[in-house]
Parts: sequence; C-alpha cells; structure tokens
Amino acid sequence: MTRHDKQFSGHLLKPIIAANPIILNVLGICSALAVTTSLSTALVMSVSLIVVLGFSNTLISIIRNHIDRSIRLIVQITIIASLVIVVDQILQAYLFETSKRLSVFVGLIVTNCIVLGRAEAFAMKNPPIPSLLDGIGNGFGYAWILLLIGAVRELLASGKLLGQVLLPLEKNGGWFNPIEFLGLPPSAFFLLALLVWLVRTINPEQAELAEQIEQKDKSK
Amino acid sequence: MNKKEHNNLKTLAVAFLVALVCSVIVSLSAVTLKPLQDANRLGEKSQALLDMVSALGIDIPKIQLVERTSGKTVQRDNATTSTLEPEHDIAGLGQIEDVLTVYELFNDSGIEMVILPVRGAGYKSTLKGYLALKGDLNTIAALTFHQHDETPGMGALIMEKQWQELWVGKHIADEQGTIRIEVVKGAASTDENKMFEVDGISGATRTGKGVSNLVRFWLGPDGYGPYIQRLKSGDKS
Repeated sequence: MTRHDKQFSGHLLKPIIAANPIILNVLGICSALAVTTSLSTALVMSVSLIVVLGFSNTLISIIRNHIDRSIRLIVQITIIASLVIVVDQILQAYLFETSKRLSVFVGLIVTNCIVLGRAEAFAMKNPPIPSLLDGIGNGFGYAWILLLIGAVRELLASGKLLGQVLLPLEKNGGWFNPIEFLGLPPSAFFLLALLVWLVRTINPEQAELAEQIEQKDKSK
Repeated sequence: MNKKEHNNLKTLAVAFLVALVCSVIVSLSAVTLKPLQDANRLGEKSQALLDMVSALGIDIPKIQLVERTSGKTVQRDNATTSTLEPEHDIAGLGQIEDVLTVYELFNDSGIEMVILPVRGAGYKSTLKGYLALKGDLNTIAALTFHQHDETPGMGALIMEKQWQELWVGKHIADEQGTIRIEVVKGAASTDENKMFEVDGISGATRTGKGVSNLVRFWLGPDGYGPYIQRLKSGDKS
C-alpha cells in the first residue's frame, strides 16, 4: 500500500470505530434513538444517511473554494436539504410503507449534526475524493450502531428480525417473553450508553477526562 | 475563499447558482416521482377501506355517489367543488366537493352499515380516514385513519387501534338531534355524557380537537348530514 492509499482508507475506516460520530462525538443520536425500533427502519435510515452524507461531502468539497465564509452555512444547508428532499421523495415512491414508519425522521437528516458536522469539519478543507470517503465512512459509523441497536430492540421486544419470527412469543404458543421496554424510545438511550461505555473501556483514549469536562463547563 | 479579498458579486453569484441548481434537482425529483407516489397513496386508501370492512366482518359494501346538499343519489360526479363559509368550516377544509362518495350495505331489514370517507385538519397535517356507522345511523361502528403527518408518539397515536377502538359504540347525536360526539381532555366525564365522549390523547390536545371537529363537520349539515337524514327517513333514492 502506498502512503496515498493508506491515507484514503484511513478516511474511510477511521470514522467506523476509532472516530465514530455517535460513540466519540455523540452526534446524531436523536434519530438513532427514534428509528431503531426495528431493523428495517434502521436499515433504510442508514442507507439514506450514507447517501446524503456521501453526496453532500463531495458536492460541498467541489465548490469549497468558491464559498464565501459569510454564507458557507447557508450554502451547506441548502445542498444538504435538497439531497434530503430527493431521498425522501425516492423513499415515498419506492419504499412507501417504510417511509411512512420513518415519518419525519428522514426529513430530519437535514438537522442531523453528523452531516453538517462533516461538511464544516472535513469537506470545507479537503478535496472531493477524501471528502467522499469521509462521508461514506462516517455514514457507516452511524449505520452499524443503528443496525446493532435496531436488531437488539426488534429481536428482544417482538421476537422478530426483519419481520421474521426468530423467538416464538409466549402469547403465540412459543416460549419467549418479550422485553416490552425495549420497544419504547428510552431503551435506545440505555443501549447506546452501554455501547459507549464498552467502546471507551476497550479504548480509554476516547473517554473525556475529568479536567476536560471541567474546562468545558467553565467555558460555557 | 482562497484570496483574502472580499468579492460580494462572486458571493452572490455562488449563492444564486447553488440555489438554482438545488431547486432544479428538487423540482425534477418531485415531478418525476409524483405518479408513483400518488399510486401508492391510492393503494393505501383502498387498502384502508378493505381493512376496515374485514375488521368489521361485513360484506363488501356498495359504492354510491350522493349529492352533498340534497343527500340524494346521483349517477355522475362532475368533480365540482364549493367554498365553505369560514364559520361553518370547522374541519378546516376550505373547499369541499359537491358530490360525495359513500359505501353502503343493506340487509333485509334496511340499512346495515354506511362507511363515510372523512378528512380534516389535525394539528399540523390533514387527517384522512373512514367513519363507519351502524344501521341506526347514530352509533359509530368504527373510525380509522390512513393518512396523517402528526407528531410521532403524540398526535400520531390516532393511528393506534387502542385509540380508534374508543370510538366504537359511541353515539353521535342526542334525542333532539344535536350532534354531541366529542373528544374530551382526560377521561370522559359523567354517565350521561359518556356515550358521546371519547378520551383524548394526552400531549395531543389539538390533534384530538381536529378529529373531534372533522367527525362533527362530516356528520353535520355541510357534510353527510342531508344524506343521513334521507336514509333515516327511509327514502332509498
């Protein structure tokens, strides 16, 4: 692998665990909590976010040298919002049932901090190809967490996975007693917290030190 | 910008171009995908009606066109609409069609069930659904919704079976013919009012009010009122 290749794969792979937008930066968790009641909604949401993030990072990076600082946020949001509308329209045309269950959350990708965050932090400073990889990498970083939480919640709350019965429920003559709590929104908070705890225990550099938190509080 | 200099003209040009390109892309996708989306919604509407019929366990009802103001059956729908007086327009419709579609089911002793398509403004979207009335035309057999864009977890709970079931068996009007059916905050009150009151959803007062208003509107004189009166009088035309 040449140095160049390594750099490229770094853009793609780093955000998946080492600099995961959800675990490290705790960004984009509002939608992560809302759409993880089932694996299928988490899957569609993940694909939508990867598409939006990949395109928005690339497009913003292409025109980055022509955007005046004073209007950069508006230009970024215009591009992101247009992409989100297009994705939403496509879902309504081809995946109608799922788009109904995702309701407002696809539209809310506009305000997903990961998308604007990557545009500001990366695409505005880097050429298009690394920006594309960074977008896709961050999208996947978001996606695997959504899919994991979505799978755990759907399986343990309803005994199903992607609508297929894996654990036959007691009330239907099976043996599995579902954990109803996992069907409710707060449960995603707990699962996410456990995941953050796990990753930060394995990888202690990610944990915020007490003095850092103090400093942050003071600067507020 | 790479150069330090501030070029207002270029800033404006970039903003304009970005806006132009984005709006073209958004419009193109919206226009080209519209036929598919409309087909989806239509399928959803007929599916909702079929689901309701099978949940009620009745035969497939007959489709019928009725003139809104007279309540008489008609053969054709000229697709004309009228503007509603704002003070009568409690469901927030603005325009209303002059010929309405109803689904009716007769048995030997007369009318068994009518299903009426209803719609109206909720908290932040238009709610569309079906209202089924029993043969006495004063008892609700079912109320379902198939389209809305209310807040998930709050107003969207009107889609839940649990809430829709609260409507079953409620009465519309009292003996004097005054429409009394209503969504109330918290649990329904006294025994006397119980048959006209449906418990609201906490946190979704305005969606509940919207449902209340649309049911009252469609059962009233500007909606299916004349049609219901005609059926009650036993006139089958």
